[in-house]
Amino acid sequence: MNDSQTDIRAYTLRLELVDEPGELLRSLKPIAENGGNLLSIFHERGNVTPRGHIPVEVDIEATPDRFETIVEGLRDAGINVIQAGTERYSEGLTIILSGHLIDTDLSDTLSQIQETKYATVTDISLTAPQGATDISSARLKLATESGSTAEVLESIREIADEKDLRLVEPLITGSDA
Amino acid sequence: MRVGVIGVGDVGSAVLELSTEYGHTVTAVADSKSATIEPEGVNVSKVLSTKRTDGVVGSDDPKEALEGPYDVLVECTPTTLDDAEPGFSHAGIALQRDRHVVLANKGPVAERYRDLKELEAESDGTVRFGATVGGAIPIISTIEDFGPDRVTSLRGVLNGTANFILSRMATEGLDYEHVLAETQDLGVAEADPSFDVNGIDAALKGVIIANVLEREENLSLEDAEIEGIENLPGSMLDLAQKDGRTIRLIVEVTDGTVRVGPRLLPKNSDLAPVGTRNAVGIETESAGQLNLSGRGAGGVETASAVLSDIERFSK
Repeated sequence: MNDSQTDIRAYTLRLELVDEPGELLRSLKPIAENGGNLLSIFHERGNVTPRGHIPVEVDIEATPDRFETIVEGLRDAGINVIQAGTERYSEGLTIILSGHLIDTDLSDTLSQIQETKYATVTDISLTAPQGATDISSARLKLATESGSTAEVLESIREIADEKDLRLVEPLITGSDA
Repeated sequence: MRVGVIGVGDVGSAVLELSTEYGHTVTAVADSKSATIEPEGVNVSKVLSTKRTDGVVGSDDPKEALEGPYDVLVECTPTTLDDAEPGFSHAGIALQRDRHVVLANKGPVAERYRDLKELEAESDGTVRFGATVGGAIPIISTIEDFGPDRVTSLRGVLNGTANFILSRMATEGLDYEHVLAETQDLGVAEADPSFDVNGIDAALKGVIIANVLEREENLSLEDAEIEGIENLPGSMLDLAQKDGRTIRLIVEVTDGTVRVGPRLLPKNSDLAPVGTRNAVGIETESAGQLNLSGRGAGGVETASAVLSDIERFSK
């Protein structure tokens, strides 16, 4: 067997869905049926495209061969595939932020991180022990393109700095640094 | 060897005790106000008991002790920043007299490395400072044995107090203030723990390592990027714990830069020791990562590193 059959990689798919019930589920079917492993779904419900569609970003893991089948399957099902990422999101990165997360607009913080070219937020965990107005902490998991960890961290440092958030970075050792 | 000791705190006292055990003769002892000089050998236990009862080490002048009959001067006065005085001058006097110097004081090596190396170059004496980083753990000597050129980076925990606070916060789910107070009660943290928790102590050690690794460029504390652990919210440790991770105050020395700050790492990482222990990973060019851990502070532990340095002079 060659790499395209065994080497599992992470991909990002950008879809545009018609605003109808059941569309999101319908778009996930070709992924599941063709052996893709769903990592995260970023459903921008409030952000409608000029054509009235809803943008959805889906991160999946699959072998390159299966990924092609998935994209074909989506197109066959009439789903708008805007971008079938060839970027390889192969490295996971976990960070913890703390501060006035809610007051400084957490969703804006997340979109800012999301907008950094090489990263996508795949998971978030939030604690707000003193209620929403006080200090809260969040753990974020990001998928980053390989080799771009340093750059992604630098952008996150800037975002945290600007919003006066305390950032605990992961310790990057050895050759990853 | 004939050993002179200046500074009689925890480390200095332990150096005095160990020196005799290791077969050396202590010929001069000084603290900031007093001294004892005895070419035939100082009565160490008498000096230590006088220090305890009367707060002095003898009736001689500390300045004369620096000019005393020793082969190696052990500098154990408290670490000072900027001009690193009086420790720097103490080392300077010994070097000008062509005597060896062993530093337990971080100031001269972190803040005035170039000046110190210049004095050493003009002297027949040599400066060693293994005790300034990692207490009993032979970090500096491991780097020297490997060859500083073959070491690409170093990362790890170099402050036991901060590590103790973070590991307690993680395991007990307590907040920073609570654990800090407890740490002071236990005597792990000093009455003024600011250098430990604001990252300065760890940064000084990082700068010393960077100076050993980069023999051209000399760094001082102001070149380090430092973030401490003061008031770190317990919720951050909670979130880390729930994900199989933890937070430690980590020193990173890479490519001539020094960064100190709280970092996330796997709970069972070699670089996340529990309690006051220190642990570092030394990244080498040809042999991958080398991990060292052990007791990074304490009088006897640090004194043992001082004695190892003295042993190297007798070879």
